[in-house]
Amino acid sequence: MSLLTIKDLAVGYDARPVLTNLNFTVNEGDYLCIVGENGSGKSTLMKTLLHLQPPISGQILYGGGLKANEIGYLPQQTLVQRDFPASVAEIVLSGCQGRKGMYPFYTREDKLLAKQNMEKMGIGSFADRCYRELSGGQQQRVLLARALCATSKLLLLDEPVAGLDPKVTAEMYQQIRELNESGITVIMISHDIAAALSYATHILHIGDEVFFGTKAEYLHSRAGKIFLESIAPEDAVPEKNQTEADSKMSAEGRKE
Amino acid sequence: MLSKLAMYFQYPFVRYALIVGILIALCSSLLGVTLVLKRFSFIGDGLSHVAFGAMAIASVLNLTNKMVIILPVTILCAVLLLKTGQNAKIHGDAAVAMISVGALAFGYLLMNLFSTSSNLSGDVCSTLFGATSILTLTAREVWICAVLSVVVLVIFILFYNKIFAVTFDEDFARATGTDADRYNLMIAVVIAVIIVLAMNLVGSLLISALVIFPALSAMRLFRSFKKVTISSALISVICAAAGILIAILAGTPVGSTIVAADAAAFGICWLISIVK
Repeated sequence: MSLLTIKDLAVGYDARPVLTNLNFTVNEGDYLCIVGENGSGKSTLMKTLLHLQPPISGQILYGGGLKANEIGYLPQQTLVQRDFPASVAEIVLSGCQGRKGMYPFYTREDKLLAKQNMEKMGIGSFADRCYRELSGGQQQRVLLARALCATSKLLLLDEPVAGLDPKVTAEMYQQIRELNESGITVIMISHDIAAALSYATHILHIGDEVFFGTKAEYLHSRAGKIFLESIAPEDAVPEKNQTEADSKMSAEGRKE
Repeated sequence: MLSKLAMYFQYPFVRYALIVGILIALCSSLLGVTLVLKRFSFIGDGLSHVAFGAMAIASVLNLTNKMVIILPVTILCAVLLLKTGQNAKIHGDAAVAMISVGALAFGYLLMNLFSTSSNLSGDVCSTLFGATSILTLTAREVWICAVLSVVVLVIFILFYNKIFAVTFDEDFARATGTDADRYNLMIAVVIAVIIVLAMNLVGSLLISALVIFPALSAMRLFRSFKKVTISSALISVICAAAGILIAILAGTPVGSTIVAADAAAFGICWLISIVK
C-alpha cells in the first residue's frame, strides 16, 4: 500500500526551483534512501515533504491512512539544542505534542508511549539526564525516540549519522534497520552511499540526473554507475552483496 | 530595621509596590528561558524602547490611562519584529536595533517638543530607569497589573508544553502538526504585555535584565526545562522582593536595586555552578 505518492513535484525557494519533475512512491515497509551531491536539493525536498515549505508545483499525496502530521522527523541538530537545558524525558515526550491539538497537557498514555520508546532506543536509564550532556549518538537516539512518539508509520531521517564515529554510526544504522523491520517505513537522506546500498530497499538519486527505483535497478542504472564511480572509483560495490541484495528482495516479493 | 519596615508597610503604596513587583517579576522570568534559548534576548530590549516611545506619545496626548496606547503599540512591534526575524531579507537583529533606537529618539524628541511638565529630564529619567514610579502606583494600576499578570501566568501554564516544543525544535514541531507560527505569535504578544507591565517596575531601559537574568541564573544550576523555569521564577520573585525592601530601607531607586539583586543572584549561581 502506498503511503506517499509524489507527482510531478518541483521544490525550491521563492518560486526558484532546485529540483523539478520528481515522481516517486513510497510503499508501506519501504526503506528509501535519498542520495545526491551537496546542493542537489535533498534537504529542500525533505522540507517540502514535511510541509515546512510549500511545493512550487506538483502534488504530495498521502495514502494508507497516513495523515500529514503523522510523519516522524529526525532533524539535523541545531545550535539552539546544543545548550538547551532539557531532560531526555521532556524531549521525548514533546514528540507527542503534534497530536494534542488545543489540549494543554500530556496524558498518562503519552507518558507511557514516551517511556516505551525510550526503552526501545536503549535510553530508558537516561530519562532524567540532561540532553546537552549526552554524547552525539545518545542525542540522536533521544531525537529518534521523540520521532517515534510522533509516528508509528513513517520516519524521515535527515543525515542521521552526521558527526558520529564509525562504531556509533553502525549501531545507529542497525537501530534504523530494526525499526524498518518492525514495520515502520523509513525515508533517509544520506551522503553515505555505501550504507544506502546495504540497508535501503529503494534509492532516489537526485542531481543532474534523477533516478528512482529499487536498489538493484540503481546499481545497473547510469546515474548509479556514475555516482558510484565518482565516490569510490576503486572501491566498487562487491558483486556478492549485490546478488545477495537482489535475492533478498525477490524473496520478500517486493514490488517496485 | 523591622520596625522601620513595619512602619512603611502601613502605607498602601508600599504594599502595592511589593505586590506588583512580585507579580511582574514572576511573569517576566517565565518567558525569559524561552527568549534566551530562542536567541530572542534582544527583542525584549528593543520592545522596551518601543514602549518608551509609546509612553512619550501618551504623555504628550495627556492621557490619564497610558496603557491604552502603550500596550497596542508594543504588541504590534513585537509581532512585526518576530515576522522580520523569520525573514532573511532584513536580519532580525538589525531590525530590532533600527526600531529600538528609532523609538527611543522619537520618544525623547516628542517629550522635549511638547512636554507640559516643568521637570523634563526628571520625567525622562524616571521613564527610563523607573526611578520612583512604582511607589506612586494607584489602586487601579495595581489591579491592571494583577489581572494582566494572572492572564500571563495562566497562558504560560496552559501552553507550557507547546512553548517547550516550539522552543526546542521549531521544525520538528511544525512537521508533526503543531502550529509553530501561532505559538511564536503568542510568545511575542505575551512578551509585549510583560514588558509594558515591567516598565512600571524597573523603567524601560532595565526591563531586559528582569527577563534575562533569572533565566540565565537558573540555567547555571538546573538541567531540565521544568526545573529551570520554576527556579528562574523563584529567583526572580526573591530578587524583586529583596530589591524593593532594600530600596525602601536604603532609599535607593527601586528599579536599579532590583536589577542589582538579579545580577548578584546570577553571580552566586555562576559561582555555585563552577564549584559543583
